[in-house]
Order: sequence, then C-alpha cells, then structure tokens
Amino acid sequence: MRGRMMASGAEGNPRGPKLEDGSQVAVIGGGPAGSFFSYFLLTMAQRIGVDVQVDIYEPRDFSRPGPGSCNMCGGVISESLVQALAVEGIKLPPTVVQRGLDSYFLHMDVGSVRIETPLQEKRIGAIHRGAGPRGLQETRWGSFDGYLLDLAIAKGARRWPQRVEEITWTDGRPHVKPQGGTSQPCDLLVAAVGVNSAALKLFTGLNLGYQPPQTTKTYICEFFLGQEVVNRYLGSAMHVFLLNIPRLEFAALIPKGEYATFCLLGQEIDKPLVQSLLDSPELKRCLPPNWHVPDDFCHCSPKISIHSAVHPLADRVVFVGDCGTSRLYKDGIGAAYKTAKAAAKTALFAGVSAEDFRQHFWPTCRKLRADNRIGELVFAITRQIQKRTFARRGLWRMVSKEQQLQGGQRRMSTVLWDTFTGSAPYREVFLRALHPSFLSRFFWEILRGSLPLHKTGAQARLP
Amino acid sequence: MTTEALGKIYHDGDVIVRQGEMGDCMFVIQEGVAEVLQRKEDKEYCLALLSEGDCFGEMALFEKEVRSATVRARGEVRVLTVDKKTFLRRVHEDPSLAFSVLQKMSHRIRDLNAALNKALGRRSSLR
Repeated sequence: MRGRMMASGAEGNPRGPKLEDGSQVAVIGGGPAGSFFSYFLLTMAQRIGVDVQVDIYEPRDFSRPGPGSCNMCGGVISESLVQALAVEGIKLPPTVVQRGLDSYFLHMDVGSVRIETPLQEKRIGAIHRGAGPRGLQETRWGSFDGYLLDLAIAKGARRWPQRVEEITWTDGRPHVKPQGGTSQPCDLLVAAVGVNSAALKLFTGLNLGYQPPQTTKTYICEFFLGQEVVNRYLGSAMHVFLLNIPRLEFAALIPKGEYATFCLLGQEIDKPLVQSLLDSPELKRCLPPNWHVPDDFCHCSPKISIHSAVHPLADRVVFVGDCGTSRLYKDGIGAAYKTAKAAAKTALFAGVSAEDFRQHFWPTCRKLRADNRIGELVFAITRQIQKRTFARRGLWRMVSKEQQLQGGQRRMSTVLWDTFTGSAPYREVFLRALHPSFLSRFFWEILRGSLPLHKTGAQARLP
Repeated sequence: MTTEALGKIYHDGDVIVRQGEMGDCMFVIQEGVAEVLQRKEDKEYCLALLSEGDCFGEMALFEKEVRSATVRARGEVRVLTVDKKTFLRRVHEDPSLAFSVLQKMSHRIRDLNAALNKALGRRSSLR
C-alpha cells in the first residue's frame, strides 16, 4: 500500500496544511482559470507521485451554442500565450482556433495601416469561448473553454455539472454544497468564477477579507458574415479602431470562422455609442458595401475587471483568473494561465495556508498589478493621441513608413502591436516608448504631418 | 491542412532551419512531419523524423551557436515559432515552463545514446 506522501517543499510553511495523497481540491468554475489550475496541479502532482483528487464544478455545457455556454470575452489568445502553451505541450488545434491571426489593421480617421508580425506567422488565436453565438446553425469549431476543461478531465479531474449553492466552514476546512447534493469537505478551495458569475457572492460572505475586483462594462457582439466575406474583407487580421469618439477607449473587429466579433471598451457604453461606431466610415470600410447591422444578433455587455481583488487568498482558499487578478483590458486568458499555474505550484510544493499563498502565489499577482498601473498610463497616453488629429497623423505616418521599410527598427509598430495584442507586459511597452529614437521620430512625424503638404492620409490595402 | 490555423505551413521540401545558420528561436510542430538532416562532406544523413508535438531548434534558446542540423518539411507541415526572448522571459518568471523542453532534450539524449550503442555494436561485429 502506498504511504501517505506530502508534496511539501522546503520553502513552505512547515506547520501549515499541505496537499498529500488523497487530498480533495474543489475548483469552482471550469473556465480557463479553473481548467488551467486543475491541469497544472494534476500534471505536477503526477510528476512527483502525489495522488490528489480535483473536482471542477461547472454548470455550463460548452457544447451548446449561445449565451448559456459562453464566458463572454473578445476571444483572442495572445501571441505570448500561444507560444507558452506550445512549450507546455498544450496544442491549440484548428478545431478550436477559428482563425490564426498574423497582423492587425489600425484604423484611424487619418488613415489605416497594416502591422504584421515579424515572421508573418499566425501567432494569435481567435476563438469562441463557448460553442458559438446564438443562432449558430452548424457547429464547426469547438469551445475554447470546453477544450481546456477536457484537457483537465483527461489529466484526471472530475467535472460536476451542478451549480455550487453554498460554501461553509467546518473544522477548519471549506465544505462545498452543489445543487441537489450533499456538502463535501475539501482541503483546498479554488475560486475561478470570473467577474460575471453569481457564484462570486458565495465567497464574499465567508469573512475571508476578500473583495471582488472593480469592474467596468464592455460590449461584445457577433456578426454573421459567412466565411467568404470574412476571408475577403477581414482576412487574417484583427482590426483595431482608434477613433475620436467620446467615451470610446478602443474597439476591435476580430475575424472568426464565419463570424466577426465586435468588441468595445470605454466608459458607460450604451446604444448610441455602439451605433456611432457602427456608422463610422472606418468600420464600414472593413465590411461589404451592402452590409448593414442585422436586426437580431448575439450580443452581451459583460464586466471586465479593471482593478485586482482585495485579499484573493486565505487559509485553504485561493482566487485565480479574473475574480482574483487579471491584466488590464488585454490578455485576460494569459493572466488566468499565470495566476492558475502559480496557485497550483504553491498548493503542491509549498502548502495551502494563507502564508504559503502570500509567499509563493501573491508575487505573480503583485507583478500583474504593478504592470496594470503602467498599463493605465499607456492607455492614458493612447487616449491623448486618440483625441488629437495631429498626434494621430504623426502616429499613422510613423507606422506606415516602418511597414514600408524592409528590415530596420519598427519602434512604433512594435509598441502598438504589444499594446493592442497584449503580447508583452505594459512595462516593456512603456519603456520602449520612452526610447529617445522613438520619441524623436514620433515628434518629427507629428511635425511633418502638420505641414499642409503632408496632411493627406492614405488607406492601406485591405485584404 | 487548413491555412487558417496557428503557425506557418511549409510545403514538401521547404527548409525550416538550415545547418550552419544562426538561430534565435525554437519550433514546435503542430501538424505533419519534418526530417532532421545533417550534412557531412558531400553526404546528407537523416537523423530523425519529427511529428506533431515535437520541438526542434531548442539549442538556439540556450546557446549562441549555429544550427547543428537542417530541418526540412516532409509533406506539408505546420510549425509554430517560439521566440528566444519570449521563452527566456517566461522561464525567468516560471522556471517550470522549461520542464517540457528539458524532458524532450532528455529523450533526445536517450535516443542518441541508443543510436550510438547500436553503431558501436555494428562496428565491433564487423571487426
């Protein structure tokens, strides 16, 4: 018979609770954060020979199209996450990735420009979180969340389709009560419920000191265009709109299979704001001339976190993904991967006490939080550029010239690429934008662009 | 092979990396088969066949040396590039990310040992 084995590391809190053979881990939420946590915990546990049981509670059926299976987000897997997953051995197959993206078009009133990846390789994945939008006739691609959940299940996690209706604390251990079931004790409770789920309330009443992240509303909708139109008009590029429309921060049109996902970020997004963007010539240029907004389409206004949660850890409890710490505006799935893996490593190699999570999990969250503060500055500067025609023209001129040149430093292109795709930390983006060559070039192009002869913009060729 | 998937598609006979060239990235095969070739004098030897999930060019991530072999597409192959900078930054943040690469390098050493033993055995039997 196998002896009781503990997965404690030398650095863990020696008196704190540990995961050992037979330990039960309850994961509330089977989105990317919950599935990544389960996958990595089980992978690492198998490597060191510790037998833990992971139960994922996820009521959504990711095989059914429509809002019921969707975790509501733009559905872009960043370049850096695609690469990290490839190294981890997690393949993102064409049955899940609806379109690999190799470039993006930046659309402004002064002109449009295409920015390509240096290797002209499709390294950004456009996916649907669920099985697809409401009204989908034929399911040709699978759900990204469903795919990750299946990977966790293949590693040995058990999936329970019930909603958790109560979490209690007895004998120093959390107890999870699923709908219609009995209360089950666990050694570790992992909250991976996002910021749009009612399950978040289960944790706020536990007196853990946890406060959910501050959020803002976004707007996401899905337009059916058909694969031919998507290929012809949007191609393998994400279309980003930097327009001087009040309250609009940023908008993007993301091609996916037969659909295009339209995402808006801004303050108090309402119907008139959405309509003003849909009526803009910049957006209309990306779509067929006879295209009009359909009467009925799948849309949602999900919340996204803009500040991290307070105390996303406690004894035997850890919060991963959006309900804990995420990235500002971009690469939320990448942040879920990072926090989930950090939590899994801590739980297995250090322990599951609050002190263990503070020492080994919290630094990952702290780093994301610090980077988000720089991100706020990056987006504040972007907003200032967005509001000023001369700055937009200078930016457009600089990027256009960089894209026409073979080789050479593509400073503005790289800064914009990393800002809008979320491929690099905001700190790196900011430092690159402070480079004297970047600034002098940008100011020179602003100056040149302000001269009457140079004011005319041009449109890049759409695919 | 769908052109909409992640990565880059190479066609039969396309060289993905060339022996003797400097490299600053590694590759992960997403679909298809590639052959690892080494040129010695005028002859070309096939060292291995790589398929889905295999990586190559990883030595360039750890040392500043030229590519030790050529990797060529055998039929259509879809490959994803991993930049040295992205990889090293991620490994610095999370050293466990290197585990899969180490595991693959370990398998490769084991395979090379087996091939070497086989060659030595053949040589001694000829004597």
